[in-house]
Amino acid sequence: MLWFSILVLIPLVAVVAASTDGGWTRFWSSITNDQTAAAIRLTVTAAAVVTVVNIVMGTLIAWVLVRDRFVGKRILEVLIDVPFALPTIVAGLVLLSLYGPDSPVGIDVANKRPAVFLAFLFVTLPFVVRTVQPVLSELDRDAEEAAASLGASRLTTFRRIILPALTPAIAAGAALSFARAVSEYGSLVLLSGNLPLKTEVTSVRILSSIENDNRTGAAAVATVLLAISFVTIVAFNVMQKLAARRA
Amino acid sequence: MSTSLGTAVSFAVAIAIAVSACGDDRAASSTGDALSPASAATSSPADNKISIVGFAVPEVANVAIADAWAKTSAGADIEFETSYGASGDQSRAVVDGLEADYVHFSVNSDVTRLVDNGLVAQDWSAGPNKGVVSSSIVVFAVRSGNPKNILTWDDLVEPGVEIVTPNPASSGAARWNALAAWGQVISGGGSEADAEAYLKSFFANVVSLPSSGRDATATFLGGTGDVLMAYENEAILARQRGEEFDYIIPDTTLLIENPGAVLIDANPKATEWLNFVLSVDGQREFAKKGFRPIIDRVDYGEVDGANKPADPFPAVENLLNIEKDFESWSSLSKKFFDEDAGIITTIILDSGKAS
Repeated sequence: MLWFSILVLIPLVAVVAASTDGGWTRFWSSITNDQTAAAIRLTVTAAAVVTVVNIVMGTLIAWVLVRDRFVGKRILEVLIDVPFALPTIVAGLVLLSLYGPDSPVGIDVANKRPAVFLAFLFVTLPFVVRTVQPVLSELDRDAEEAAASLGASRLTTFRRIILPALTPAIAAGAALSFARAVSEYGSLVLLSGNLPLKTEVTSVRILSSIENDNRTGAAAVATVLLAISFVTIVAFNVMQKLAARRA
Repeated sequence: MSTSLGTAVSFAVAIAIAVSACGDDRAASSTGDALSPASAATSSPADNKISIVGFAVPEVANVAIADAWAKTSAGADIEFETSYGASGDQSRAVVDGLEADYVHFSVNSDVTRLVDNGLVAQDWSAGPNKGVVSSSIVVFAVRSGNPKNILTWDDLVEPGVEIVTPNPASSGAARWNALAAWGQVISGGGSEADAEAYLKSFFANVVSLPSSGRDATATFLGGTGDVLMAYENEAILARQRGEEFDYIIPDTTLLIENPGAVLIDANPKATEWLNFVLSVDGQREFAKKGFRPIIDRVDYGEVDGANKPADPFPAVENLLNIEKDFESWSSLSKKFFDEDAGIITTIILDSGKAS
């Protein structure tokens, strides 16, 4: 508990405390500033969409990794973690050279909104895969076979047997990937162009406030992000509990 | 999963332990480069150690100056501890306790922040150099061969020209570019309203606002945009390193003056270092890396990477500077870059609404 307090609780409390330095009006004007509000909207929407995509694609990838045998599986297994292991600014450079104006694949999303989605997708890919994978590989196949022998279709088996068992893991992975996306900075700054009201994300706004020696404003925006992440994580936790009880 | 998680956890624990072991000795976390060859052999006593905290741009030049200084009697056996990063971040770090004897920042306001906190003497800019240790000018970096034929400030706001410039909101250094754009309208006889109109069309053409000068260069070299707002020294240095692009010096541009200062309770050797930096020998090393010397009579020979290596720093027809054209940093920071009502802050915000 002491460890946790030093590492996490105290810094968090400090941020929230700092955000109220200028009083409530100051806090409110910091976060309702047009540019900041737009950045928060973009960040949260993009993070939410990316999380949904991850829930589907991450589960699918985990499935393929656990249930299928194919050449190169071991390599894929290792590659999944690369976006997570890469320093984010390196990830940014990779994305810029792949999906920028000189794109070898002919996709140029530089300085447009899809750049933000793409960067979020890139860095959050491993989360759902890595949480679902171990649960899936531990899953008792007898239950699936029993369901099949009792005449359940594959879809029903998936929906009634497999999905409930996986839900807690999916929820945990989704919470992680949402939280990570909301706070992302390094991987998207090169590709997104930081255009106000268009592609500027919240972490860039926080940086601007700090550059202007407005730590209170920066802390206010950080507090909003913190609150959003907190609510999301709690929501996914509740989902996890409910799913666990039903299973 | 369980093994990779285990590895991650033990890694995190190791970092936490390493960090706590450093305790409050902030200097330990900065890079302890031994710059001068003489100092590399043994650990010299503390009174031979100078901590340099600076913005990223002059790092290469400072290393060269340190090498030159090490060859003199005063500079022999000096050990340097250096930390380079974004100018504003570095200045705030010093206020928050990062050990520094000598600071070298992009803009004056980063030094005045230290003055306000009692770390640098009030009269730091009273000398003949007015606190300036290195200088350069704002230039346009363009694609090789200048396919869009960008030569003047007016060319920048032509339809279809894509501009990359670091974001003046998050990068103090980027403010030089925005001020140059403003100042050239005023010095050409335009009113403030004309300057505002110019900046509106300028930012309408901006396709990317990276957070720092370095990010902006990476974005431009990555293929974004037709023109990058850059410093002459950065353009020359990048070309020395083999990057391929051209740079254009407009007829009217702004003189960039980077301040340097010795802290009040610094090692006395730091003052000797500053004097060497300001001397002909120090400025020659700056010039070799693309900075314009702040004093005359510096014999720098040829400078690789410049448009004309034999004549690397051609005189600018109409060179603006902060003192003459903008009063002071403190007044212009408020007027142009205030977070809520600054003229340029507002124009950038409006450029987002327009399209």
